[in-house]
Amino acid sequence: MSAQKSAVIFAWILLIPALAYVSAIVVYPLLQTVNLSFTDASLRRTTNYIGWENYAKIFDAEFATIIGRTFLWTFLSVSIKMIIGTAGAMLLNAALPGRALFRILTMPPWIVPMAIGIFMWGWMYNGQFGMISGLLQRFGLVDGPVAFLAYGHTAFWATIITDVWIGVPMVTMYMLAAVQSVPQDLHEAAWTDGASRLYRMRRITLPMIFPAAITMSMISLISTFNSFDPIWILTQGGPSGSTTTMIIDTYSTALGSKKFGEGAARAVVICLFLSAFALLYFRAVTKLSKRMTT
Amino acid sequence: MMKKNAMIDRYRWWEVVLMYCGIFVFLFFVLAPFIEGFLVSLKPLGLLFSTPYRFLPENGSFKAYFTMWESVPEFGRYIFNSFFISTVITVVVLLLVVPASYAFARINFRGSGTLLGAFLAVNMFSGAVLLIPLFRLMRAYGMLNTYWSMIVPGVAFLIPTAIWLLSTYMRRIPRELDEAAYVDGASHFYILRRVILPLAMPGITVVAITTFIGAYAQQFIFALTFNSKTEFMPLPIGLYAYFGRQEVIWNELMAASFVGIAPAMILIFALQRYLVAGLTAGAVKQ
Repeated sequence: MSAQKSAVIFAWILLIPALAYVSAIVVYPLLQTVNLSFTDASLRRTTNYIGWENYAKIFDAEFATIIGRTFLWTFLSVSIKMIIGTAGAMLLNAALPGRALFRILTMPPWIVPMAIGIFMWGWMYNGQFGMISGLLQRFGLVDGPVAFLAYGHTAFWATIITDVWIGVPMVTMYMLAAVQSVPQDLHEAAWTDGASRLYRMRRITLPMIFPAAITMSMISLISTFNSFDPIWILTQGGPSGSTTTMIIDTYSTALGSKKFGEGAARAVVICLFLSAFALLYFRAVTKLSKRMTT
Repeated sequence: MMKKNAMIDRYRWWEVVLMYCGIFVFLFFVLAPFIEGFLVSLKPLGLLFSTPYRFLPENGSFKAYFTMWESVPEFGRYIFNSFFISTVITVVVLLLVVPASYAFARINFRGSGTLLGAFLAVNMFSGAVLLIPLFRLMRAYGMLNTYWSMIVPGVAFLIPTAIWLLSTYMRRIPRELDEAAYVDGASHFYILRRVILPLAMPGITVVAITTFIGAYAQQFIFALTFNSKTEFMPLPIGLYAYFGRQEVIWNELMAASFVGIAPAMILIFALQRYLVAGLTAGAVKQ
């Protein structure tokens, strides 16, 4: 047996535990979801195959609204995360006293159990006693108390802001690393030529961190599309469905109403969208790396 | 050279003011819920529901930090559960990921790129999408309402990132080292154990910490869906105990949140430098 061949066998031995684990807990359930989506599975003992009936049932006007809402919600959340995160990265990169401390203070939303941060947001959104409504009233920006989670459009924005809050530390740290990897000599050369700080930011920093920003937005897109905790804890998809994204919709169909088959069909639709995003991501990454090497 | 760098980083006074204002706004957004939560924890429950809104508490006290233990006697258990679940998840992930990362980093075999991509694709699917079959799987193996119902799915979704981080780290270890050992007749197993493992220790530490945080910060949906036994509940779900039958004991809920996260916060800030490394390692093109 050649050395190369034994090395390959060794590689597979090393890989098998992780591979088996992921197959059992992710791949197999994924296939089962597809299988379930063609059945009328519920808490009843009997399960029948019903063909495409679940899919026919879910593709109504309401589901189209949910898809549209999910895309809008995701798009807004990712955009705001990227803007705040990139701005934060630039600020945290500035050579100012206290920089190390500021960087540490950015972490808490990422390391505190997500649900706990969301409980706190829930209180902040309270109309009578919460900070946001209270401060807005104090500064005379609103007339009376605003119960942010009680109305459709404010609840929609409230869940987005909380989701942004959860994602910002990650984006900030990633973009900070990108900003730091911009070669200092570029700045020095431009500086010697008399370029202003703003000009250098526009013409050197921003173009140089653009590939990292694309990568980060794609990663963020996938996790934001899957976002469950903020919406579920704050509104459970309400009021009257105004914050129901596809994930929330799937969860309440499957585990709230125990319609496993129908829930599975909704999950499959989500997976199709996610696969499309992943494809987009890989294409973007390969395109970018090609552009970087040539 | 030194002087030039200093000059390039010199700001005019209004630039400094502007940047500090920006940092203040940014950090206020990031920390506002904690500030509000802390202030709420100091307010007596009766005064909490008073209008108009007062930013700073009147008659503030740390009383809620004592009464919280009486309202929810199992609270200490929830903190322990959170730690216990996250620790077991971290250990299992490391056991699975260290060998796999070595295979990706050091052995050339056909399909290794595709396989790594397949692992990363797992990251796409959140637990929420797979809950129904996972629920049935848990039920079939009697894992519902046990620690395992939170550990088993938790591990699966943390494997991809861990493999990615660790194999990137291992790839950066100079190949000359194991090639020298290889020429001397060492087997791959020996190289993994005696050359790569000791050298990859910092990388393994980073992966352990990021995995722990992932397990600790994201425990919600599996615990919510697969476990209903009080004695196994992790902290985030346990906090629901303060949502009483009549009203939410908000001040104790907030106090409990801070007490609950304190041990992890202390641990994590002590290991802070590894944290940044973990977030950014393998992220930006080197």
